[in-house]
Amino acid sequence: MLSRSAESIYWMSRYVERAENIARFINVNMGMFLENQADSAGQWEPLVQVTGDYEHFSQRYEASTMEHVVEFLTFDRAYPNSIINCVELARENARTIRESISSEMWEYLNRLYLKVMDQAREGTASVLTGSTFFTEVRLAGNLFTGITDNTLSHNEAWHFSRLGRMIERADKSSRMLDVKYFILLPSVDDVGSPYDELQWSALLHSASAYEMYRKKYGRITPHNVVNFLVLDHDFPRAMLYCVTKAEESLHDITGTPLGSYANEPEQRLGQLRSELAFSSAETIMHGGMHEFIDDFQGKMNRVDEAVYHAFFGLRAIPRSGGA
Amino acid sequence: MSMYFNEYDVGSFFDEMFLPDGTPRDSAKPLFERLRSLSDGELMRYQAAAEKALLHMGITFRVYSDQQGIEKIFPFDIIPRIVNASDWVRIETGLKQRIEALNLFLNDIYGEKKILKDKVIPEHVILSAKTYRPVCEGIKPARGIWCHITGTDLVRGEDGTIYVLEDNLRTPSGVSYVLENRRVMKNTFPRVFSNLGVRSVSDYPGKLLDTLQHLAPDHITSPEVVVLTPGIFNSAYFEHSFLAQQMGVELVEGRDLTVFDGHVHMRTTHGFKRVDVIYRRIDDDFIDPEAFREDSVLGVPGLIEVYREGRVALANAPGTGIADDKVVYAYVEKMIRYYLDQDAILPNVPTYLCWEDKEREHVLANLDKLVVKAANESGGYGMLIGPHADDETRNEFADKIRENPRNYIAQPTLSLSRVPVITDGRLEGRHVDLRPYILYGKDIYVLPGGLTRVALKKGSLVVNSSQGGGSKDTWVIAEDGPS
Repeated sequence: MLSRSAESIYWMSRYVERAENIARFINVNMGMFLENQADSAGQWEPLVQVTGDYEHFSQRYEASTMEHVVEFLTFDRAYPNSIINCVELARENARTIRESISSEMWEYLNRLYLKVMDQAREGTASVLTGSTFFTEVRLAGNLFTGITDNTLSHNEAWHFSRLGRMIERADKSSRMLDVKYFILLPSVDDVGSPYDELQWSALLHSASAYEMYRKKYGRITPHNVVNFLVLDHDFPRAMLYCVTKAEESLHDITGTPLGSYANEPEQRLGQLRSELAFSSAETIMHGGMHEFIDDFQGKMNRVDEAVYHAFFGLRAIPRSGGA
Repeated sequence: MSMYFNEYDVGSFFDEMFLPDGTPRDSAKPLFERLRSLSDGELMRYQAAAEKALLHMGITFRVYSDQQGIEKIFPFDIIPRIVNASDWVRIETGLKQRIEALNLFLNDIYGEKKILKDKVIPEHVILSAKTYRPVCEGIKPARGIWCHITGTDLVRGEDGTIYVLEDNLRTPSGVSYVLENRRVMKNTFPRVFSNLGVRSVSDYPGKLLDTLQHLAPDHITSPEVVVLTPGIFNSAYFEHSFLAQQMGVELVEGRDLTVFDGHVHMRTTHGFKRVDVIYRRIDDDFIDPEAFREDSVLGVPGLIEVYREGRVALANAPGTGIADDKVVYAYVEKMIRYYLDQDAILPNVPTYLCWEDKEREHVLANLDKLVVKAANESGGYGMLIGPHADDETRNEFADKIRENPRNYIAQPTLSLSRVPVITDGRLEGRHVDLRPYILYGKDIYVLPGGLTRVALKKGSLVVNSSQGGGSKDTWVIAEDGPS
């Protein structure tokens, strides 16, 4: 397919995934807020930290109140990764490739965009209490993936879409783990307390992982949470799962057999996948969670760059040899 | 039961739906009965549902009234415009005749120029036209076809005569609205269709693909066809993307294409791929900075050279714009006589050529009655509607005409036919035109339908969407019932 179309479909998926993740974080946090009014400010700041854009936030907002954080993450036009901007960029990308995707995908994304725009006009206050807005945006990400799976042939375009989604998701899962882990571990006093349990459950909820975790491990322990969110093979938001599916799509695009590589993104992603696949929660926690995640994110960024150079940034051939 | 129709005023115009006495025309009777059986509220609900569907389909443009842009649809009215079978036969045969003659003219004018030598058209008229492209002289386009896709504007006058107003042989747009308007009508207002014998428009993308594939050399069994767009900021971008999607071909921008080894290639995720046929929706001026405007960043450097060598086909062929010049338009009836030895089936609107002294004097003396048009403008720009203009504007145009007479023509102000539209909770008559689409491939095909554009402002004669026009679904009826 056209390099430009491939790039647009890749970013379309990334932006939808990004919007969904933000909506989920906010949604889960709002649920927690209901039961822990005392510590409200401290509860909202981590959400901004998850984005990696705390500096951006602190320059423009005085305090990490719910109003400010939700405004920033949802409707702030000046913040490039706010939900409204992500949805708009997803739609703009879709608009440039309407001929490559299905009408159903386009129409759904367009409706989501109209919905978010309408909500933005009503203002942040309209989504703070008793609103289903964030639930809807969360659902939208899943619906869009479903529509994509069921209306687009699982051809190259579909694989670029999944590649984008999986790379974005792996990045978001790792950030969430990083921030939550950072907050959770130092509070030794809370270990084993109901509050501690609530925080760990919130982390699992933030990844829509709570139920599946319970089925697999039962009791909530930091060790198993790491096992589940980083190293699980089957859970769709686990980092290893995302990297594995991204690698599958990459190989489907190029036709290179799995287990070998023919270009840089395949090499980098393959290395990263085997590092994860042969790691363990002990090793990760022993070496430091934050260091591990920092390293992972650096590697994901290089995968993204390699994907760009291998597929999207095809340079012109000089016309000297022309007839 | 709808009360709207009881209050509808046909006025002194030709109404496409009603006879002067207010009773429906034969072809419109079944539709009229069906519409009248609805309650006024129902009709409004269908109108609102259609608008919502268009919004969701994203057939919109953005209006910036505050920081957040608002998406607006192009105005659409759900009461269809009907073309009866006998009118359609005349339109279809007339358009085929006209396109055949225009194509022969293009072959001639960039080749032997016989029509100039025989003095049927004065040489200076052609050579002074901005849209005449000397670069195209001597080029033999694939299969001898220049105007593969045409969208001819037709209007109907007070006495019911159907005239050709403009030919549009460059990159006519609007066909996507024909298809999408029909889809919206079927989805929101299905019961209005049954048993009326409305002809389908749905095979247009297939016919268009056939037309384009026909241009590839015989030895290429599955030619690579692409649609070339100026990009997302172009007002017709939706259409470019829609047509590419419906044909299942790639939509490319200039930056996706590159020329080397004597061929045009597109950049794909698997390297470069050769392109055989380009349905280009970029004007001649911008298509190749090496051949036309140097400052164009939309086009593909070297494209015209490959085209000249016959290694890529372009639809429409560069150079067809000469036939859109409004002065050249005035000679089309003569072309039909010259090339085909036939009388024109569809007449031109009578046209005064300002470069001829006598005609110019007549135009200047009658500016308050005439419509004046610049020879190379489109979209309703560069136009004076004499009876609706003030003295100052008329004087401005008089000066422009004296300054550059070659650039202006004038026509009597036609009292365009009207159709009922829903406006402010009632029905009122509004002026319309009709743009059918013609494909020239193995043979000439006229899509049985077309874009009906409506001037939504009361009394306005300007139907262009850039000037507040809307559209309607156009129903060509398969067979006229007994009358």
